[in-house]
Amino acid sequence: MNISGKVWKYGDNIDTDVIYPGKYLVHFDPEEVAKHVMEGMGDGFAEKVQKGDLIVAGQNFGTGSAREQAAMALRYAGLAAILADSFSRTFFRNAINNALPVVAVKGISKWVEEGEELEVELTKGIIRKVNTGEELKFIPHPQLIMDIVNAGGAINYYKEKNK
Amino acid sequence: MGMNIIEKIMAKHAGKDSVVPGEIVECAVDAVMLHDVGTPGIQRPFNALGTDKIADGVDCIIIPDHFVPANTVAAAENLKITREFAERMSIENYYEIGRGGICHQVMMEKGHVKPGQIIVAPDSHATTYGAAGAFGTGLGVTDVAIALGTGKLWFVVPETVRVNLTGKLPEWVSAKDISIYLLGKFKDGELLYRSLELGGNIIHEMSMDSRECLADMALEMGVKACLVECDEITDAYLKKALKGEPYELVTPDQDASYEAVYDVDVSDMVPMISMPHTPSNAATVKEAEGKKVNQAFLGSCTNGRMEDLKIAADMLRGKTISPKVRLIVTPASNEIYNKAMEKGYLKIFMDAGATITNATCGACVGGHLGLIAAGEVCISSSNRNFRGRMGSKDGEIYLASPAAVIASAITGEITDPRGVS
Repeated sequence: MNISGKVWKYGDNIDTDVIYPGKYLVHFDPEEVAKHVMEGMGDGFAEKVQKGDLIVAGQNFGTGSAREQAAMALRYAGLAAILADSFSRTFFRNAINNALPVVAVKGISKWVEEGEELEVELTKGIIRKVNTGEELKFIPHPQLIMDIVNAGGAINYYKEKNK
Repeated sequence: MGMNIIEKIMAKHAGKDSVVPGEIVECAVDAVMLHDVGTPGIQRPFNALGTDKIADGVDCIIIPDHFVPANTVAAAENLKITREFAERMSIENYYEIGRGGICHQVMMEKGHVKPGQIIVAPDSHATTYGAAGAFGTGLGVTDVAIALGTGKLWFVVPETVRVNLTGKLPEWVSAKDISIYLLGKFKDGELLYRSLELGGNIIHEMSMDSRECLADMALEMGVKACLVECDEITDAYLKKALKGEPYELVTPDQDASYEAVYDVDVSDMVPMISMPHTPSNAATVKEAEGKKVNQAFLGSCTNGRMEDLKIAADMLRGKTISPKVRLIVTPASNEIYNKAMEKGYLKIFMDAGATITNATCGACVGGHLGLIAAGEVCISSSNRNFRGRMGSKDGEIYLASPAAVIASAITGEITDPRGVS
């Protein structure tokens, strides 16, 4: 599974309350949820983001609450993947469960600039800069996680499995 | 090779003799806790799974707490969905508004947590259940729906870091100060994905209230679970809460292995504070002293318990708070609210000029009952000071112990509680 897109950059410890503020927890409709993506940042991200874009962030992306809307908001706003030095565990699971690929690779936040274009080969574990061809390697996910992403999310995966 | 607490729990629930860190296992889930955000949230994935019943062997407990009583029509609709789901699934343990309180506290005090269990919830602070030796963890609504519908979930067996708290706890230093100290110590993600196992003489001298605070706040260090070593205090609490139901304490093997073991001597510890805008931004209260505060908040699943309210009442007896400060007190449950009333704490709070709210996540989650405006400063006994968490993204939140919150409410600026007696 290959992904390519333009990078938006964020720092360390980007928390769930910034990604999706608590006052919107009452919403679960994907379109409504997507409207508030990154609203806590106050940088107008929801208006600027294009389908297929990527986020590259520092350490502990998605820290904080278990709210699945944080992962849903990013997925339904059109992000193709999130790449970070590390992730909060609940966010990581929520993203995978919503078929939003997430890749943890130490040092990526220093390696990439905002606006650069990247190609990601999920199964091979390669991230490549489109302009220069420079590569960064990561350990591909275990099969179970790839199966969930490829099924389009955890619910589809379990529906198939329990047939 | 022996096993630590979480390895024992996971091995048993995966039907294996032993497990090792990094292994992916499918575990049976004992209980699922849902609230008024999680119950509406699971509807879509639960229905999509194609099931209309809760899997055999899974105990489901429903405790509305986030937006109670409903503060908007949208919240009222969600509470209705929650209530109707509880009825449709014939949930015995549904705690209607006024009968429960903040979910994690209700889970503990009503005896829904047993040592050795796996309990999942669509709420990150489910790590609190580790205070009674259970593997409690927060998950998104999709995972929770799968647990509810299938009775099972996959987990990666985590590495475990053991922290032994030793020495003698100084006066005015509490479990919250230890939590903030540890958040600062492990701020570079050393505990991310780990199970944190807590032991040492300080743990065994602590009340259950304090252990719950530690296990709750540990989540902010990025842990998957926090397991507090059980002892006779756990035993006494479980006997009462479980009303005679059988249970077995889980302790680590002598030769259990850990990724790292730290001995933390608390004897020289001082009151701590999390500076804006992340809990791991730890400092001493002394370093933050003098900052003017507009609001002081005493409540949440971290510090809204009896022990916390007692500290506040003892400090406020016969005193009034600064005229420039709003003090909001939110008892963690109705049971605690009632006990605080019987003990006269609520009268002390009222006389001091505080506002007392019903038991709810309320101000902590920025839902209602105490949001802050742009430029305002709140000192809070809760668990998160993320930008905008309690209202305006241009406000500032400082996290501290109940004693530091009350000391600051009295003086009108951030104050080390050791200076106020």
